[in-house]
Amino acid sequence: MSLRIPCPLCGDRSVHEFVHGEIRRIPDHVTDPDERDLDFAFHHDNEEGVVTERWFHALGCRRWFEIRRDTTTDRIVGAAES
Amino acid sequence: MNEFTERQMQLTWRAPKKSYDVVIVGAGGHGLATAYYLATRHGITNVGVFERGYIGGGNSGRNTTIIRANYGIPAAVRFYQRSVDLYRGLEQETDRWLMHQQKGILWMAHSEAAVRAERMRAKLNTEFGAETEFVGPRQVEELCPQLDMSGGGRWPVLGASYHPQGATARHDRVVWALAEGAMERGAHVHQNTPVEGLILDGERVAGVRTAAGDVAARAVVSAVGGHVSRIAAMAGLRLPIRTHRLQAFVTNHYRQQFGPIVASSELFFYASQTARGEMLLGAEIDPQPSFSYRSSHDFVQDVCRRALCLLPFMSNLRVLRQWTGVCDMSPDYSPIMGRTGVPGFFITTGWGTWGFKAIPAGGEQMAELIATGEIPELIAPFGLDRFARDRTMADRGSAGTH
Repeated sequence: MSLRIPCPLCGDRSVHEFVHGEIRRIPDHVTDPDERDLDFAFHHDNEEGVVTERWFHALGCRRWFEIRRDTTTDRIVGAAES
Repeated sequence: MNEFTERQMQLTWRAPKKSYDVVIVGAGGHGLATAYYLATRHGITNVGVFERGYIGGGNSGRNTTIIRANYGIPAAVRFYQRSVDLYRGLEQETDRWLMHQQKGILWMAHSEAAVRAERMRAKLNTEFGAETEFVGPRQVEELCPQLDMSGGGRWPVLGASYHPQGATARHDRVVWALAEGAMERGAHVHQNTPVEGLILDGERVAGVRTAAGDVAARAVVSAVGGHVSRIAAMAGLRLPIRTHRLQAFVTNHYRQQFGPIVASSELFFYASQTARGEMLLGAEIDPQPSFSYRSSHDFVQDVCRRALCLLPFMSNLRVLRQWTGVCDMSPDYSPIMGRTGVPGFFITTGWGTWGFKAIPAGGEQMAELIATGEIPELIAPFGLDRFARDRTMADRGSAGTH
């Protein structure tokens, strides 16, 4: 069974219909402007555990929305509309 | 019992010491190769390798064991060619049978644009030391008669770049050969001993906290695959890494007749035959970042559909086993090796889907860096600081399917 993404409009659809989008957060302790640019351009939280992320239903309703997913098990734990 | 398991039984396992010259986190291919080359090339044997699971149980045991050097940028071609050369001598050097088999790899083109790309790849590879030539459909058919040259009518094979030094080796034999080579010379490998933290002395990394107690070290090397962001965070570093799953599977066996490794960057899959006769198939990473080892049915379905366009004989085979590894993807699809900016802390990561082929060269170069303190020329372009210096090593085209 592949990962199915709960689209608020279309319901559970295959992950292949979606584009994954990360919510970028530059940590507050990074204050130097160049460092912040570097962080924005390249660095990732790459968190293990429950993350809030954005998905774009590219082959469906073409809407962005947010869900919560556990990256260690690849299971969706909750949905939140943006 | 075969010679492989007999040798493992002769090994002596020791308790961790209070301090080592070098501590390596992760006993996969890259960590063990670093320990091996530190011992054999530089005489540094006061080395501890800490592994949370067992030797080669992470991505070193979850890949498709392809060895090749036909990359897309000069620095990468040179680096991977070094690895191909080291692999060819590794059986003799370690006095162990690694099931290393040179097969050649065919990278097929199904469109005029892809033909141009493969011609360019062949030229660039040859220029920088990796033997590759562009071959037409007739030669492709001779090298791999099982191919449907019409590609199911949709993906005709118009030519391929042929890299004769493409090879495969047995993954667990490779990691154990390196582990045994390092241990025989005095290095310690500690399995089931996770590193839980780094010991910081001011700015400097001065050791590791493990499940078996604190261990001091003059140099700490992270050769972690899959969870490297967590280790780096312990040293206060943020990495340009996202971790994705990569799946692969094998079929039941087919008579030993399938010669080369075949790959198609337009159909996004590659296939080779294992020593047992299974057809081994792999493709691209899963789209979402994930640390899960779960495999999915739609991956098999999708890859089979694409592979059958070129290899229709496989419709009679059955899928036997499927597995998943987690790949640390760098933004430019090139590895990250060298210093980190944190004194005493070295890193070898970003091995994405191209880690196995780089094991000997990655280990050799990291060992040289740690032993001499000088960044070897071969890996100088792959430092972590390249992102801040705007010197990324973009090479997605060569990594796409492997």
